[in-house]
Amino acid sequence: MTTAAPPQSRQRAETAAARAAGVWKVYGSGEAQVVALRDVDVELERGRFTAIMGPSGSGKSTLMHCLAGLDSVTRGQVSIGETAVTGLSDAGLTKLRRDKVGFIFQQFNLLPTLSAEENILLPLAIAGRRPDPAWYATVIDTVGLRDRLHHRPSQLSGGQQQRVACARALVARPEVIFADEPTGNLDSRSGAEVLAFLRRSVTEYGQTIIMVTHDANAASYADRVVFLADGAIVHELTSPSADAVLDTMKSLDRRDGR
Amino acid sequence: MLRASLKSLFSRKLRLTLSVLAVVLGVMFVSGSFVLTDALGRSFDNMFSSSMTSTDVLVTAKPTIDVSELEGESVPGLLTAADRDRVAAVAGAGQVVGEVQADGARVVGADGKVVTSYGPPRFGGNWTGETGGLRLREGRAPAAADEIAVNVLLAELGKLKVGDRVGVLTTQPKQVFTLVGVFGYEGGLPSRGPVQEVRFTEPVAQRLMLGTPGAYTSISVTAAAGTDAAALRDAIRAALGDGYTVQTGAEAAAAIAGDFKEALAFFNKILLGFAGVALFVGSFLILNTFSIIVAERTRELALQRALGASRRQVIRTMLVESLVIGGIASVAGLAAGVGVGALLANLAADMNKLVLAGIGVPPAAVLGAFGVGMIVTLIAALLPAVRASRVPPIAALQEVAIPDRPLTRLTVSGSVLAAAGAGLITWAMAADGDTAMWLLLGGVLGAFVGVALLSPALARPTVSLLGRLFSWSVPGRLGRLNSGRNPRRTAITAAALMVGVALITGVNTMLTSVEQSLRGNAAESFQADLIISGQESPGVLPTFDAALLPGMRRLPGVVSVAAEYNDQAVIDGEPGWAKAVTDLPAIVRDLSLPTVAGSLAQPGPREVVLDDETARESGLSVGDTVSVRPTRGEPAEYRITGVYQRVEFYGGYVFGTDITAQMRSQQPSFAYVTLASGADERAVRDGLTALLADSPEMLVENQTEYLDRQLGDVAQLMLMIQVLLGLAIVIAILGVINTLAMSVLERTREIGLLRAIGLGRAATMRMVTVEAVVITVFGALLGLVVGAGLGAVMVRGLADDGLKELALPWAQMGTYLALGVVVGVLAAVLPAISAARVNVLRAIAHD
Ligand SMILES: Nc1ncnc2c1ncn2[C@@H]1O[C@H](COP(=O)(O)OP(=O)(O)OP(=O)(O)O)[C@@H](O)[C@H]1O
Ligand SMILES: [Mg+2]
Repeated sequence: MTTAAPPQSRQRAETAAARAAGVWKVYGSGEAQVVALRDVDVELERGRFTAIMGPSGSGKSTLMHCLAGLDSVTRGQVSIGETAVTGLSDAGLTKLRRDKVGFIFQQFNLLPTLSAEENILLPLAIAGRRPDPAWYATVIDTVGLRDRLHHRPSQLSGGQQQRVACARALVARPEVIFADEPTGNLDSRSGAEVLAFLRRSVTEYGQTIIMVTHDANAASYADRVVFLADGAIVHELTSPSADAVLDTMKSLDRRDGR
Repeated sequence: MLRASLKSLFSRKLRLTLSVLAVVLGVMFVSGSFVLTDALGRSFDNMFSSSMTSTDVLVTAKPTIDVSELEGESVPGLLTAADRDRVAAVAGAGQVVGEVQADGARVVGADGKVVTSYGPPRFGGNWTGETGGLRLREGRAPAAADEIAVNVLLAELGKLKVGDRVGVLTTQPKQVFTLVGVFGYEGGLPSRGPVQEVRFTEPVAQRLMLGTPGAYTSISVTAAAGTDAAALRDAIRAALGDGYTVQTGAEAAAAIAGDFKEALAFFNKILLGFAGVALFVGSFLILNTFSIIVAERTRELALQRALGASRRQVIRTMLVESLVIGGIASVAGLAAGVGVGALLANLAADMNKLVLAGIGVPPAAVLGAFGVGMIVTLIAALLPAVRASRVPPIAALQEVAIPDRPLTRLTVSGSVLAAAGAGLITWAMAADGDTAMWLLLGGVLGAFVGVALLSPALARPTVSLLGRLFSWSVPGRLGRLNSGRNPRRTAITAAALMVGVALITGVNTMLTSVEQSLRGNAAESFQADLIISGQESPGVLPTFDAALLPGMRRLPGVVSVAAEYNDQAVIDGEPGWAKAVTDLPAIVRDLSLPTVAGSLAQPGPREVVLDDETARESGLSVGDTVSVRPTRGEPAEYRITGVYQRVEFYGGYVFGTDITAQMRSQQPSFAYVTLASGADERAVRDGLTALLADSPEMLVENQTEYLDRQLGDVAQLMLMIQVLLGLAIVIAILGVINTLAMSVLERTREIGLLRAIGLGRAATMRMVTVEAVVITVFGALLGLVVGAGLGAVMVRGLADDGLKELALPWAQMGTYLALGVVVGVLAAVLPAISAARVNVLRAIAHD
């Protein structure tokens, strides 16, 4: 197993934004048993943009769901910031998601009944918090949606919808944002817009983002890329180029015998 | 194609169950009422034929006043001892027994109160020995004038024992007897039906019950050995001639049972009316279910169309599906109906001391169940089926749903229908009899369907307005937005509730207006200070001893006591009521009756006054004579001396006291008491009550108390209607559950997303609950408006009949609105739980 040197810890990364320690995730039992994650140890630093890559079925989504507290782990510990996720009740998990976590999904990100603006402010409304007007203005300008705020999701393009979802995740300033293939449904130009936006929010505002992706080009926006194969972490790269990512993926595929 | 669609139908079990349940409830009501009335009918048959087991021929006199069961009571004619002797002289007649039996023997129980009856007669009669299945259980037969026997039922109700001194009220004031015997009937029965019975010696029975010495109400004849009952009947008929009804025992039993069956049939019609309401509401639910199924299956249907299915085939499969649902519901409803019918029949039999003749399933129950169940389902599915056939094949390939068509056409046709409905109702008010019934029914139906069609257009603004009440919280705002998403679905769900609430509100508005008008009129003109009247007492008019009147008038503070006697009579050839008064001027003063013609002085012998409306209808005026036939006497001519203006609660022919001698009871049943100003009302009341000690049924009340008691019936009627209409509301709840369950299912993704971004379980449930409450409150509001409208139209239509005021039952309307909220919360429970259980992961996992 080839592992790159661990990334230098930055100033702000005294504690990891999210951490998995000895995590196993097993679906089903007996014959139908699937081990989706096997003994995964990973620390995701604050203020960095981390990409998780790997072949289809390697456990990327599962890892992300476990880290975000959307799914329970079979064995091991997960924490976000100071909070131990493992063993939280539904109410505890809800509070965690409300206060510390933001999500961007591949699709069905927005509520069709609400305008773009209402969608963006929804997590704050649910938590009963007021948006910081300056930060809100910054976010809106960064995603470039000022003239689309009162449109319904059905009146927005796919790329615009994803940008609204990004803005929603950002506006609450969560400890960490999880994104599962946020550009999976977008053409390359809209995808690039969204990725550039995510990159800026990390560089300029110190947001922590963890993104699952298939796309080497998308991964090249990240500070660090973690590679999964067969439920285990097999490699990682720091500040990679798209080509370096592609090469690693090819070598992983070869390893799988394909 | 059909197989495929049936398969997909049965895969939606919950939805199917809910919509089937609505039809099942309606069908259950229909078949249950048939089963119930059938079982009771046959039980009554058995009871009456067993009462005639030892009678081969029964002779009665043609009734003095012959009216149908529903218009009032016929007054039976009387037979004499001479009649009995003539019957006995007929060849072939064996034992001949003269029988006395009349309603109105009220026994004072051990607690000093009259043993009440909720409807069945309290017969007083002569002791005729252990005939007709009668069996002495305790003691002996009454032999002296002050001895009586009672049946087991009455002894139990009044807690009476052999040897007790027992007071009995009859057409005469209370008299006290010694209870010497208690009897029952063969088979261990305490009574024949729920009837209380007192048996006197024959002369006492004749005097107290019939007011005519030597009279009988029937003559029971057994045939001598070897004589055929029918032959004997013919022989007796020939011997007696006209004016008599001569029947074999079997015929007589069938005739009495026939009267009961008429009442049962009427009862059945009422039950069927409520079943109709239930089914009407249920049809909204089915319509909605099929619409939802069509929406759910848009892609499937489009695929079928793309694969070459014709529109007609799509419609046909949908209709077959509806027939399958209707069939299942009918079978289940019939089974449930037989169960409920049997249960109620057993209860009723138990309460009425009947021997139940066994539960049967009459053909009407089966026909009704299948006819109603299948047809209602088919009609309700028609519209969605047509819509299903309009799904374009392209929909199979596109993600987007077919856009909602604009509501203009619906709104226009809804307005037209609602207006037509209101028109029909107004017309119905002017018509009469059956025509009015049908017009009214058509009008109400039209109004409901019209408003239901209008409701999608109304839903948008109303729901958004209502929703604002909940907008202070995020779940509330989301719920409100959700309820506005599909106005058609929201509207049709609310429409089901609307029907129930509108019916209750409409009836309530009518009754409240009636009450208000009565009270208003009373306050204007009713000046008597105290009223003496009898407690509600089925079958008899409670009376008090006329001999008490002078004592009442002598009480300090009393200015006048005007007593009134009442009985049926045939006047001017028409069956009706006759009043006799002791002091007409006092009544004229107390009720502020205006004189229209002649004089309103106390009518002398053979004189009568009447109200202006009756005078106009009969073409009578002062100086004319009118022929009057009292219940106990010969027809005579009375001269009209005055005409007064009719008021709400006083009208008809008013006689002097000369006619009372020919009434069934020669005792007054009512009195107006006027007090001197400054008199001590309390003391007078106590004085009157003390004088009336022997008439425990008479009450002394002031105006307000009297009106309250009279209007108490209205309240009771209202309660009954509300209970029965509750069924419609239950069905409406099913509809709301159905709609919400569907919404939750459709929005699994959204709910998952909301949960992912931090919406808690409780908040999720609140969101669903708000959606439900907005829908039901919308339905309730719609129902209140429509109901008040229906009520107003009917009240206006009846303005000529004395309904002068439109009074809205605000308090009840508030209650119904609150009920709307409760219904919403209840209906939301299950869907809210399933929304809270949505698995976040599964919901957001893209496929
Ligand atoms: N609910 C489940 N039940 C059983 N097995 C599951 C379940 N969810 C995921 N798996 C299995 O776990 C493994 C990892 O799945 P996961 O969705 O994490 O893969 P992925 O890396 O996200 O793949 P992709 O790139 O295709 O999205 C797969 O083999 C998958 O079949
Ligand atoms: Mg995945």
